[in-house]
Amino acid sequence: MAITSPIDQSATLETEPSSGARWWAAIQDFARRRTLGAVGAVVVLLMIVVGVFAGPLAPYDPLAVDFGAMLAAPNTAHWLGTDAFGRDVLSRLIHGSRTALLVGFGSAVVGATLGAVIGVGSAYFGGRLDLLLQRFMDVFLSFPLIVLALALVAVLGNSIPNVIMAITVPMIPRAALVIRSSALAIREMPYVDAARAAGFGHARIILRHMLPNVMAPYLIMLTAFLSQAILLESSLSFLGLGVQEPTAAWGLMLRGAAVDFAEAAPWMALFPGLSISLAVFAFNLFGDSLRDALDPKLRTL
Amino acid sequence: MWKYLLKRFLLMFPTLFGVAVVTFFLIRVIPGDVVELRLAGDRGSVSDDLLRQERARFGLDQPIWKQFVVWTTGVARLDFGTSMWTGSPIWDEIKLRFALSLQVALMATVIAVLLALPLGVLAALKQDTWVDYAVRIFSIAGLAMPSFWLGIVFILAFLIIFRWLPPMVYTPFWVNPWQNMLQLIWPALAVGYRYSAVATRMTRSAMLEVLREDYVRTARAKGLVQRLILVRHALKNAMLPVVTVVALEFAFLIGGLVVTEQVFNLNGIGLLLVQAVSHRDYTLIQALVMLVAGIFIVVNFMMDAMYAWLDPRIRYR
Repeated sequence: MAITSPIDQSATLETEPSSGARWWAAIQDFARRRTLGAVGAVVVLLMIVVGVFAGPLAPYDPLAVDFGAMLAAPNTAHWLGTDAFGRDVLSRLIHGSRTALLVGFGSAVVGATLGAVIGVGSAYFGGRLDLLLQRFMDVFLSFPLIVLALALVAVLGNSIPNVIMAITVPMIPRAALVIRSSALAIREMPYVDAARAAGFGHARIILRHMLPNVMAPYLIMLTAFLSQAILLESSLSFLGLGVQEPTAAWGLMLRGAAVDFAEAAPWMALFPGLSISLAVFAFNLFGDSLRDALDPKLRTL
Repeated sequence: MWKYLLKRFLLMFPTLFGVAVVTFFLIRVIPGDVVELRLAGDRGSVSDDLLRQERARFGLDQPIWKQFVVWTTGVARLDFGTSMWTGSPIWDEIKLRFALSLQVALMATVIAVLLALPLGVLAALKQDTWVDYAVRIFSIAGLAMPSFWLGIVFILAFLIIFRWLPPMVYTPFWVNPWQNMLQLIWPALAVGYRYSAVATRMTRSAMLEVLREDYVRTARAKGLVQRLILVRHALKNAMLPVVTVVALEFAFLIGGLVVTEQVFNLNGIGLLLVQAVSHRDYTLIQALVMLVAGIFIVVNFMMDAMYAWLDPRIRYR
């Protein structure tokens, strides 16, 4: 099922020639039929807006240290309190959404795309290459994520791009597995045979005929990865293997200080965790509904 | 069937070998080495002679391919060598910690299954009612909350409400089972809730699929009691994907508990791995990675074997 076609049959009846209107109709239909998913989408959009406008939205500089207001409880000046350095928790949360989105989208897009290319290529060429790629994917599937992350961070240093890379690597084989099985069915389709008979090159067949038809599993994997990446980033940062201080990141805010100051300042531990949960919850709601709309067969993913 | 199983069995070895190759060379790319770290700490100076001597003792002066051959032949005989950091045999280093991680993973699995089966079946039976929605929101929330954060919240709640902290010194099961369970139940709950969410969703969707099958309708038509239909006809057939998800998650948990171990101050396999990497303790890292990956690969194989045994279509592929 190609994504360029309207999502539901009912929408086809009202389609207009312009693709913009068609998309709009599909979106309206999605919102009407899958309310929970639409709620998730709205939260995701809100998060993106907050991330983009973090600067003007945040009441304080997220890095500004204020030793006069260390570990302050939530009050009118600091709505969600301050941390051990007197930094405003709300401002750090707002700026942290930027990190979460950057890492989330970065690794989900790269991971799902590379996985799709490998999966489709593996299915299309088949034979020895397929077998070899499969074994390769098996190795990376069984490899403990933490070692990969540790090694990458130790070799390259932990800047945000490296954290994205550490999260992307384990995603690639997962996406490749799912997309390969979809692509295997597509390879047997008459239009692929036809394209081959017409003398098209491999690259053209893969790009123009196969890839568009694995769009549904691709998008599903992409949305699933988004929430997983946000969770992984917070875990890695919590362990000190992800984003580094003083950058604002939700997992980092939970690190160390949150446990050490648990009694004195529980807000330090509560709000970042709630932010992570809300973000992942919203991405999951949206992803689930999108999956149901695009391809109910993949419900068990 | 046997041919398929044998093929599938033999395929485990190239994968394990691949893991060995990747681990071995990946950790040697990381700057710094164990001898320097152990002798000199962060700064300090040690004579080059001593460094050379120590490196020779671990065979680190040999060409890298030779080190690899020595190590892999050892592994083939299940000899993982000695830790480069502490000097004691690898198995002594791992034993206790592995038991701890295994116990938490097992407890989390029991909790997850006890939660997931009834909830998943209930949600499937009452599809699109408030029960279904409640179960789904409960499980999506479980997926959304990081288990380490849930752990922090548990600790916070104990501290603020009961003024009680989970004991920080680990008590082995055979010393004091009650104390041991009391200590591990909270990390197991924090992990098990998230894990149950995955299994609940799987149970629900598998049950929904099976309940629409003809044989369930037949069973209903001939007037079988609802409970019998559920247990004998539906649940039995819906179990396959659920067991798979539970088993794979379990295999993942053994090495994947790092963050929870950190929160609850448990010295499990995960934290040991993090320490080993920061010490550049090559032999220990290699052994741990092989252990974690090996469990994952073996569980995967067992799942495939079970599928082949239960579903004839697979073995004739």
